[in-house]
Amino acid sequence: AEVEETLKRIQAHKGVIATIVINAEGIPIRTTLDNSTTVQYAGLLHQLTMKARSTVRDIDPQNDLTFLRIRSKKHEIMVAPDKEYLLIVIQNPCE
Amino acid sequence: MEIIYVYTRKRSEFGRPCSFSDRPAKVSVDIPPDPSMASGFVLRNPVDSYVQHASDMSEHEVNTERVEVESRGVNHVEGGWPKDINPQEVEQTIRFRKKAEKDENYINTITHLGTLMEHCVKQNNAINIYEEYFGEEEMAEVEDEPPSAKTINVISKLTSFFDILLSKRDPNVTKRTATHLSWHPDTCKKLAVAYSSLEFQQNIKDMSFDSYIWDLENPNKPELVLKPSSPLVSLEYNPKDSHILVGGCYNGQMAYWDTRKGGLPVEVSTVEVSHRDPVYGAIWLQSKTGTECFSASTDGQVLWWDIRKLSEPTETLVLDITRQGLLENALGAVTLEFEPTMPTKFMVGTEQGIVIACNRKAKTPPEKITSTYSGHHGPVYALARNPFYPKIFLTVGDWTARIWSEETKESSIMWTKYHLSYLTDGCWSTVRPAVFFTTRSDGTLDVWDFLFKQNDPSLSLKVCDEPLSSLRLQDSGCVVGCGSKLGTITLLEISSGLCTLQRNEKTLANAMFERETKREKILEARHREMRLKERARSEGQGTEVEEMPVESPHEVLDRARREFFKVIEAELQRRAQAETQEHGSASAFQLKDRAGEEAAAQGEESQLPKDKEEEEEEEEKDAA
Repeated sequence: AEVEETLKRIQAHKGVIATIVINAEGIPIRTTLDNSTTVQYAGLLHQLTMKARSTVRDIDPQNDLTFLRIRSKKHEIMVAPDKEYLLIVIQNPCE
Repeated sequence: MEIIYVYTRKRSEFGRPCSFSDRPAKVSVDIPPDPSMASGFVLRNPVDSYVQHASDMSEHEVNTERVEVESRGVNHVEGGWPKDINPQEVEQTIRFRKKAEKDENYINTITHLGTLMEHCVKQNNAINIYEEYFGEEEMAEVEDEPPSAKTINVISKLTSFFDILLSKRDPNVTKRTATHLSWHPDTCKKLAVAYSSLEFQQNIKDMSFDSYIWDLENPNKPELVLKPSSPLVSLEYNPKDSHILVGGCYNGQMAYWDTRKGGLPVEVSTVEVSHRDPVYGAIWLQSKTGTECFSASTDGQVLWWDIRKLSEPTETLVLDITRQGLLENALGAVTLEFEPTMPTKFMVGTEQGIVIACNRKAKTPPEKITSTYSGHHGPVYALARNPFYPKIFLTVGDWTARIWSEETKESSIMWTKYHLSYLTDGCWSTVRPAVFFTTRSDGTLDVWDFLFKQNDPSLSLKVCDEPLSSLRLQDSGCVVGCGSKLGTITLLEISSGLCTLQRNEKTLANAMFERETKREKILEARHREMRLKERARSEGQGTEVEEMPVESPHEVLDRARREFFKVIEAELQRRAQAETQEHGSASAFQLKDRAGEEAAAQGEESQLPKDKEEEEEEEEKDAA
């Protein structure tokens, strides 16, 4: 219930295109996109997050990845990682 | 004889400090020279000895093995699901998902991540942190970097030996010239190149007829191989439909391909109604159907075709500038030019160096040829209208490139200097009105910026050792492809200074062209005046001119012979007189000297009459 509320609130923000929640194995739990796109995003971003996290930890073992933002020409992909789950939001930054 | 020196030391004395002492030199061994051995030696005279002051160099070679890469794709199937769940089954996945959502950990995590995410989302919405703050200022920067061009890709048909053994591809051992390049109209990532051998009657038996479409991502293997019945001399993409290409063949036929249908031509024109010589120019026309094209060849004809029906041309035009439509008088066409904004007019560059401007919509065939421009000494290899000012066009031929204005028919308004090698192709830049490119037969690509410098090219690049045969600029204006005689295509990226429009450039270029056109017009007017004056003058002197008999060459020869012998006889007479006077009075010496002098100065005819006069004076003196 809280989860629903949180996700709905995020989705309602201006510019947000999609929200995806994936678990540690890369399986999408909640998504607002169609299945094939979700699977694609899940697989790719999961790997990228793992890589980013390992990079941060390699440089400083005390450090850890808190947030990952990928800004591209068309939109911005934001990834909030956790030990077990990953919250991905795709937003179109207003310009 | 052994030379040994024995050194002994007691064992108990080992390790003792050394005490050095000095003693005079003592001869240990003395080997006297043995004269009997001298006979075994030969005196070497002279002795060659060399001295060199140079650094020692050695040659090393490093070559990386060329690797053929191929792109392959892998298809992923959804994975990650635990073993007992089949991802195709929707129910199972839903059940799994619902279970995951009920997990307490999940709820906590998501709430936590949710707040974090919201923060960032709101941040994004509040302000665009990657905004361009000083956008206008950047435009005012002047490009100070020197013009340069960088080779980005070289496509050559050299397939490695390994490939010839394994894949049985067309080896293309005989090198053919890349005669024409055409960029794909939309993506500009594909290049269609026509290969043929333009040497007269040099067709080698196993020379392949193929032409290729290359994808820039993969310079090793062509994307599509076009197989005509005779090598292609020109090849063009249809600007409206990027799957259709039309090609002009070496034997005069026209063929068209659809890239979706493969490498064989969809239709080929019939031999009887096609050209009789290689089709050097083939261009698509603007039409509603998008299927019309026209072609020109050195047999003097320009033919219009509709590709749906290549069995006969829709229209023909004979390039006879005497406007009689006779094929015997026709000039051979080498290039063709067509500007989509002026659909009824087109221009043809001929082998004789004349550019003919024609109007397609004229009522009678003689009227189709509107005007001619002559000025080149050799075939006009390239003809291009300026994309910004259609009245100005560029011609490339013999050793120069010339810029013409449609209004001045007598001569070009601007031209480059005479180079040392032939110019083979040229084209305007699509982004800057005063920049154009030319290729030379010594393998150099020149980029000219006529607003900046007219004596020399702004940039001159040696692309390869063999002559460059064709040139084509991509629509964006930054990449230019040039084809060489051995079939290698080089793609160059021009530095941004040469392909970005500067401020006021259009107006400046316009002003320059207008100024030159005006100058030519004034010169033309002056010429005309002078000619009229001369004609008037010559009409006044018409009677005198008529009296002078017209001599045939035979008569001229006789006259010359007569005059020659007269001169010889006069000289002989003079010599005879000088000799007789020798035996005469004391003044003979003077005369002899004089005669000697005269004989020495005899070579000049002009002296002879003078000498004759002197002799006559002498004779008079003697008589007196």
